[in-house]
Amino acid sequence: MLESIVSYGLAVGAVYALIGITYNVMFTASRVFSFTAGMLGMLGGVLGALFITKLGLPTVVAFVLVLACGAAIGVVTEIVAVRPVLKSLEQHLYVLSTLAFALMVQQLTAIEWGTDAQPFPRLIPIGPGWLDQQFWLPLLACAVTIVGLELLYRHTLIGRAFLAIAEDSYAARALGLPEQRLRMASYALAGVIGALAGFTGAEMLLAFFGNQAILNFYGFVPVALGGMGSNRGALIGGLALGLFQQAANFLVGGIFAAVAVFVVFIVVLLLRPEGLAGAATARRV
Amino acid sequence: MDASAPPISVRAAAPSRLARIEAVLPWAALAVAGVGLPLLDDSYFGVIAQRACIYWILVAGLNLVVGFAGQIAIGWVALLTLGAYTTAVLTAGTVTTEWNPFLALAVSGVVGAVFGVVVGLPALRLRTFYFAMTTLGFATIVTQVALAWKSVTGGGIGTAGPVFPWPFDPGWGFYYLCLILAALATWMTANIARSRFGRALVAIRDAEVAAEASGIAKPALLMAVFVFSGALAGVAGGLFSSLQSYITPDAFTFDLSVLFFIAILIGGRGSIMGPLLGTIILTVLPEFAAPLVAWSTFLYAALLLLIVLIIPGGIADLLDYKNRRPLERHREIVPRPELLARVLDRRSGGNVLSLSHIELSFGGVRAIDGLDLEIRPGEVHGLIGPNGSGKTTTLNVISGYYAPQAGEVRMGAAILPPRAPHLRAGYRIARTFQTPRLIGGASVLDNVMIGGTIDGQGSFAESLLTLPRHQRDEKQLRDAALQALAAVGLEQLAAVRADRLQHSELRFMEIARALMLRPTCLMLDEPAAGLSADEIRRLGALIVAISREGTAVLLVEHHADLIFDICDRVTVLNLGKVLAAGTPAEIRSHREVVSAYLGA
Repeated sequence: MLESIVSYGLAVGAVYALIGITYNVMFTASRVFSFTAGMLGMLGGVLGALFITKLGLPTVVAFVLVLACGAAIGVVTEIVAVRPVLKSLEQHLYVLSTLAFALMVQQLTAIEWGTDAQPFPRLIPIGPGWLDQQFWLPLLACAVTIVGLELLYRHTLIGRAFLAIAEDSYAARALGLPEQRLRMASYALAGVIGALAGFTGAEMLLAFFGNQAILNFYGFVPVALGGMGSNRGALIGGLALGLFQQAANFLVGGIFAAVAVFVVFIVVLLLRPEGLAGAATARRV
Repeated sequence: MDASAPPISVRAAAPSRLARIEAVLPWAALAVAGVGLPLLDDSYFGVIAQRACIYWILVAGLNLVVGFAGQIAIGWVALLTLGAYTTAVLTAGTVTTEWNPFLALAVSGVVGAVFGVVVGLPALRLRTFYFAMTTLGFATIVTQVALAWKSVTGGGIGTAGPVFPWPFDPGWGFYYLCLILAALATWMTANIARSRFGRALVAIRDAEVAAEASGIAKPALLMAVFVFSGALAGVAGGLFSSLQSYITPDAFTFDLSVLFFIAILIGGRGSIMGPLLGTIILTVLPEFAAPLVAWSTFLYAALLLLIVLIIPGGIADLLDYKNRRPLERHREIVPRPELLARVLDRRSGGNVLSLSHIELSFGGVRAIDGLDLEIRPGEVHGLIGPNGSGKTTTLNVISGYYAPQAGEVRMGAAILPPRAPHLRAGYRIARTFQTPRLIGGASVLDNVMIGGTIDGQGSFAESLLTLPRHQRDEKQLRDAALQALAAVGLEQLAAVRADRLQHSELRFMEIARALMLRPTCLMLDEPAAGLSADEIRRLGALIVAISREGTAVLLVEHHADLIFDICDRVTVLNLGKVLAAGTPAEIRSHREVVSAYLGA
């Protein structure tokens, strides 16, 4: 039992962490929390199953296509739901525009793909137990993403430009950084990460349109607890959430596990609204 | 109040008979349509109308949360679910003895109220997106529990809803029950919307800082609204279970939450008629587009996106033709300081506001470094200094936004609690802001009435039912606000939406709002910025008149002429310390001040 708690917990946790990182990448570029993170994860699974099972494409081609679709949808999100509201004075509208966009995509998926959860093919035929891809693939994806982002942010010019607009977009624009193109790029990057999360986690979570809501919430929990913008916080929070959830699943049953996660989430947030890692509050007056 | 004071002309604000008829007409039309609908004798329409009424009962309450208070509560369907299951389970008699449906409906209301607080609680601490997420998470959890708790809810198979006894039996009887409750919900939410509580909600939404400075305690107010709104949602759920006659968790999809939310946004924030029309449209529309049923959520979402991007103001904005009538072009603000005696209604002597040894650093920067200051009633005290010398920071310490690391602020003998801006109004400390904090969508009159919020006596429940104390509060606040507006010279604009005003007018509006508090101490943060020379002169006269009524005025300003013209005492700050203090004449000849700040 312990083994399956740990293996399942870490794998699910890695998917949550990746969705959390998707939130973070979009947030640092635009100071906007987008409801599209769960949607990207859901699409990663559905598109993967579509390309491999339905269309019979080779795995590698399908994988690349899924990531490309993620990037494209990220860019569309930015153009349709983020850029227009950033201009308006009413600052909270982005919550609604991104939610509306995500709902449209979800409903389109439900109609075109169906509302039943469908299986996702096994890509690498080794196993069983720890070697089973559904356990290690999400962890691998998570590790690659974290290391990749570290390298990007610290060692490349475009990565530093991302950090600059995250830090102070006015100053970055004054320096001549193309803020809008960088924001689009980071939404594309978020799209790739979200789709990667969905693709690697799909054997476990299935190709299911309803994963959107689940991933949206459980992917947000590590961000909220770890502090927004912090990828390390999202990683630790995601893995801890996965383990906690699986342990609660086994010990008290699925429904009460969901309630337990929700209660912990609310209580922690009420005690420390800025997350466990903490962040300064903004100037108000 | 002095009965011999001259009458104040406030023609612009008093609604004419025609305007009143204009305001009542749409409601009357809706009421006639609602009552007369059974004449059509079409049971299909009946079911749609019942559904519209039930949805509206929920939306009416949610409207206060979303449309007025601006809290993005998305998962409100959870409360409908809870209410529906409560009524259904209690009346089914499988778990308990069979309850009377009306009693069960009342219990649903209580359950809704309790969980309304549970869902709403995070709004007090969390930022927008976080709160939206928690409501969403709550909705997911409630559905999951309904599915899993088979012994009570029947799980996926569901449970039967109640049938109400005659005269509210299924068909038009039940319709009238829904209609009566919907009318009641409309009446109560409209009462709240027009009360100081409704205005305070909008203030929290649009200008939270100004709301705090006016003494509005956000937690208590939001909790009251969540209780009321949750109760309405619970009752709506109880009725919904009877309408559906059989409920399963599938009946409460997230689509419903979206529908409720969009109804409010289509309607327009801060309106009641708008969201009501929105609810009716969204309930009726899918019935006439049967082939589109599968696409309904998609269309709702698309509609939501369109509204957010194209008409954020909603139907109410489109209908608000009065605020599109052009305003007079060349408006002049002519304050009437002679009216201040009535506005400030000074009954007791003022108090001295004193700061002693205040120290405050941000990181390594000493913003205020051992500041002593005394602001006396009846005097205008100027606070000047170069940028970054700590003027506004001082104001923020006095208003309680910053807690000093050392030293204390006293009003008379009482020590003011640090970090409690909403308690300052109780000490009669009022202020204006460097950038005017206006409630853009509300009228100028409403903006000013906010300033007197703490003087209301009636409770939330009294306003809900427009009991006498509520009506007395409203009349007093309204009269006082009109007087304050007349005193600053803006009474002609009382009915105009505040975001249509010019910058200089907003500055005077903020002063009127501050006067509503009948302040012992009034703090003005660069009130002359952006004003013409003429306006500055009138502003100066107004400030002097306010102080002569016994108010202690603290004036932060860069216009040296204004400072030296009207101040009785001036303190010059530099790097958080007092560089010089004294009468204007002394300061003007102070060598260091001249060289550091005023220039030769």
